[in-house]
Amino acid sequence: MTFEEAERKIKNLMYDYAHCIDDDRLEEWPEFFTEKCFYQVISRADHEAGMPVGVITCISRGMLVDRMVSLRNANIYEPHVYRHLLSAIRIRGEEDSVWHAQTSYTVIRTMDEGDVSVFSTGKYVDKIVFEADKPMFHSRICVFDSRRVDTLMVIPI
Amino acid sequence: MCAMTTENLKQRVDWPGQGVHQVPYRIYTDPEIYAEEQQRIFRGKIWNFVGLASEVPKTGDYVTRYVGDTPVVMVRSDDKSINVLVNKCCHRGNLVCTKTRGNAKHLTCVYHNWIYDLKGKLTSVAFRRGIGGRGGMPKDFSMEGRGMPCLKVDTYNDLVFASFDNSVEELSSYLGDEMRSNLDRVVGRKMKIIGMHHQYMPNNWKLYMENVRDSYHASLLHMFQAAFGINRLTMDGGIKLSSEGWHHISYSIDKSESGAEDAYKGKNLHAMDHGFEMADPSLIKKWQEFNCGTTLAIQSVYPNFVCQQIYNSLALRLCVPKGPENCELIWWVLGTAADTDEERGIRVTQSNMIGPAGLISMEDGVVGGWVQRATVRDGSSLTVLEMGGRNVEPSKNSRATEVSIRGFWNGWRTLMNV
Repeated sequence: MTFEEAERKIKNLMYDYAHCIDDDRLEEWPEFFTEKCFYQVISRADHEAGMPVGVITCISRGMLVDRMVSLRNANIYEPHVYRHLLSAIRIRGEEDSVWHAQTSYTVIRTMDEGDVSVFSTGKYVDKIVFEADKPMFHSRICVFDSRRVDTLMVIPI
Repeated sequence: MCAMTTENLKQRVDWPGQGVHQVPYRIYTDPEIYAEEQQRIFRGKIWNFVGLASEVPKTGDYVTRYVGDTPVVMVRSDDKSINVLVNKCCHRGNLVCTKTRGNAKHLTCVYHNWIYDLKGKLTSVAFRRGIGGRGGMPKDFSMEGRGMPCLKVDTYNDLVFASFDNSVEELSSYLGDEMRSNLDRVVGRKMKIIGMHHQYMPNNWKLYMENVRDSYHASLLHMFQAAFGINRLTMDGGIKLSSEGWHHISYSIDKSESGAEDAYKGKNLHAMDHGFEMADPSLIKKWQEFNCGTTLAIQSVYPNFVCQQIYNSLALRLCVPKGPENCELIWWVLGTAADTDEERGIRVTQSNMIGPAGLISMEDGVVGGWVQRATVRDGSSLTVLEMGGRNVEPSKNSRATEVSIRGFWNGWRTLMNV
């Protein structure tokens, strides 16, 4: 695969991921990840300090599935949706079939009653592998700039 | 000094009768009552949790925190002692430390370069003698007795507490034997911070502290475990209260884990007869860390400190008031220095259950805000706190009680003198 081809596919992966969450197709969300994977949402301060615990830390696709089952069936929260704004997608290159990328994101949260606010802003630090020519996240770390989370986080970043 | 006379405060609060089983909702919204709490509670005869001594290991290390809503600096000084200083320059009242953590030889106010030593004593005033003989401070100006106000500090294990009131009792007796013994058990070892959370919530700080003490809501609001059928039939539990009910521990013991009751063996896990199967049960993997078989212990130390053990997930929490209708919950997620890699991994995985995105704790971030919104125009109406009776006595075998919340209000009434 040429760099350009990989870049195009990886960019589409980023966009598809964002649309999947924003369109509330959360059952599909785990499918963006390899079976053995790492997904973490962590504050910039804790990430830089090398802390192992984030706001969310999943170590398998199964844990992502469990989170979505919990979100749909168990957790209680005020209904809201996200809008992801992605920018500065940068594919850093490939090493041992693992592609490294970094992308800036902003998540705007809209509550059922209409309150709109910037919920999270930061960067995705990604490791992507191709399985049958399809790019998948082997690792996605969402490093948010603030150390603060407003109210709660139930929908993934 | 308090801004309001006790008589005026009593009228303002208008507490219904002598009990602690009814609370008027205005207590969560009134800015005047909030201001009185800052004086009478957070600057009163209590110990405020500030942080861990190990957060500032070296001379000059500091972190900025809050006592009530007063900004403070916790700093390690040259003699290795820990000082908690009001983060305010004695000149024009500017914040002295503007970073959340750092290391400094001395503390310098950037506004006019007034300099303090690590115990808060003023050591230098820029241009004190003026420039070229002109200007400067009056000749009789003295640096003696000036500085950043220094709180009384005491530590228990690695936990640092501070008080604005020099006449407060010793920390160890403030906590009492039973509370100290749980702190020893959970965080009495050499601990290590493995993560921090800062959760900003749209509710009065007391609504969160009531929630922490509310053992009644746990299995009703938080449905994660029930949905996955991981409730344990063998769970036994109760409530411990300090005298007057200021501090509390809500705990459950798994008898099958303590080995005390063989009868419970074999029906350990609730049959997954309803609900969902976990795709990856490693989330609930745990090891028996405590010989007593305690699987859960939520402890609160008056007014706003929490020590948590949920299986092997250990954390401290501090609920910082941010005005009458907001608060920020700081979480110190902990492991021990002696954790094996496997144990550390289990703690990290279990941490998915706690914090702002915690599968069994996220609801606590929103429910207080709902109360706040629902009661905005009904300050005189009363909340009901009669589950388990109207008294403030420990509950040996039931957690279907609101006794710990009543204990919280006992403390509140005593300190507020209403």
